Amino acid sequence: MIARAPLILVSLALGALLAASPAQAERLIVSVSNHRVTVTPNYSGEELVLFGSVEKDATTPANRSYDLVVTVAGPRADMVTRRKERRFGIWINTDSRQFLQVPTYLALFSNRPFDAIASPEVQRRQQLGLNNVLLTQRVGPDYADVVPDDAFRSAFVRLRKQHGLYREETSAVTFLTPTLFRTGIPLPAEVPIGLYNVEIKLFAEGALVAKTDTAFEIVKVGFEQFVATTARQNGFVYGLVTAFMALMTGWMASIVFRKD
Amino acid sequence: MQLYLPIADIPVNVFLILAMGAAVGFVSGMFGIGGGFLMTPLLIFVGIAPAVAVASVASHIAASSFSGAISYWRRRAIDPVLAVVLLSGGGLGTALGVWTFTLLRSLGQLDLMIATSYVILLTTVGALMFWEGLRALLRARRGGPVTTRRPGSHVWIHGLPLKMRFKRSKIYLSVIPVVVIGLVIGFIGAVMGIGGGFILVPLLIYVLRVPTSTVIGTSMVLTLVTMVFATMLHAVTNHLVDAVLALILMVGGVTGAQFGARAGQKIRGEHLRLLLGLLVLAVGVRFAVELVIRPEDLFTIRETGGTG
Repeated sequence: MIARAPLILVSLALGALLAASPAQAERLIVSVSNHRVTVTPNYSGEELVLFGSVEKDATTPANRSYDLVVTVAGPRADMVTRRKERRFGIWINTDSRQFLQVPTYLALFSNRPFDAIASPEVQRRQQLGLNNVLLTQRVGPDYADVVPDDAFRSAFVRLRKQHGLYREETSAVTFLTPTLFRTGIPLPAEVPIGLYNVEIKLFAEGALVAKTDTAFEIVKVGFEQFVATTARQNGFVYGLVTAFMALMTGWMASIVFRKD
Repeated sequence: MQLYLPIADIPVNVFLILAMGAAVGFVSGMFGIGGGFLMTPLLIFVGIAPAVAVASVASHIAASSFSGAISYWRRRAIDPVLAVVLLSGGGLGTALGVWTFTLLRSLGQLDLMIATSYVILLTTVGALMFWEGLRALLRARRGGPVTTRRPGSHVWIHGLPLKMRFKRSKIYLSVIPVVVIGLVIGFIGAVMGIGGGFILVPLLIYVLRVPTSTVIGTSMVLTLVTMVFATMLHAVTNHLVDAVLALILMVGGVTGAQFGARAGQKIRGEHLRLLLGLLVLAVGVRFAVELVIRPEDLFTIRETGGTG
């Protein structure tokens, strides 16, 4: 019995390998409608379209039905979530949690509910759904994600959702033919600038069979961007110009409205 | 017309901000104050982050006090010596204020600090002004003497050393209280985004006995310099000054101030003080209510950097 245990393990591993090898049978080909989105001063949101198709080869089992999950992640940043509590009759920030390098924008789209696509175990491993995405927190000296119903984590996700920056839609991906699919990627007005990664995962019979990724970039252009960059990089010059502008405005007003 | 504010990072209606600037400018021209204590809260209520509001209003006050200071200078209603002594304290106070501001921001308690200092300062000063205005009004109605100045009376402040003669104001006074007042005004100005004129003017009149002929002009010089300094410091250390927002406010503010000044001349002094007291008190109470009622959402998110 004891001697046979490794053998069982090896055969299990072999079995897993064999099961995984058909995954090479499908290939995903995708493209987004625009790889560079420019945000102008009157930008009020936009929607990108992701198109793709599932390429099969000779080894692909016929009449396989597919599920697709698209994950769009914006530039990462550290964020703090604070909770207000009543102290001495007033509401003040008391407790806080720091989220480390989490996506500023995060969208998860699929063609049907995640529960129907894969088992909870696969959902967790493949980070399907906002509840399963890894959001690293600093908990004391450790770095870890917590359970999905943690107060800070759920508040964080809820607030990001309210701004349209985190979203999860389980009917957003449409299969036009059994192998051709499309989905829209909505980008709200307050979308963060930077590089966005799009990960596309193809599932069949509850298992991941293929994945690919693509990316697009969101850039701000024009005067506003110039001002924001200058303020950050040349604080001194920026302050000087602003102060000078204030003095000029005041001086002009005193001339325009001079009474004597 | 929507416009995207580069630093505040939100789209705003230009005409709304312009109207706010004009309304506050009107009030400031009427009472001879900078109006920062009204402007900053208004911006916060519109949805601009308190930190950005405080930093941007500083440059707006600089503009309005500069146009005021020019006209007072022409009328020789500024005491340059007094202004310089006040400024020596004001500069230090502003630097301390911006430093405190940065510290509180990193601790996550800046918004609370801004709100509570508004509550404390505005309700106290507002209630005092209102009370003083009411008393003066009653006294005037009874036909008694309107003046609140008691020449010749000495308080402990007049016994301090390092005395100096301020020629244009015709006062002989220790520099210590002058520097301290400058320091306090500079500090709260930088932390709260107010020029401090509405506190400075009563302090100069009642504590230092500066004559009314030079008090407003001199206080404007202090406001002007501390606010220019605060703008610079906020821009360099916190990168929070929104120049686009500031420009819209300035244009609205200086225009409104001219009409306000004309309206102010038609109202009697006691009424004016009573009104200003009520206004200050109202803003203070508004902030108090905000702190006491349960917020709609107990959680807030703030980015702490590291984008990339």
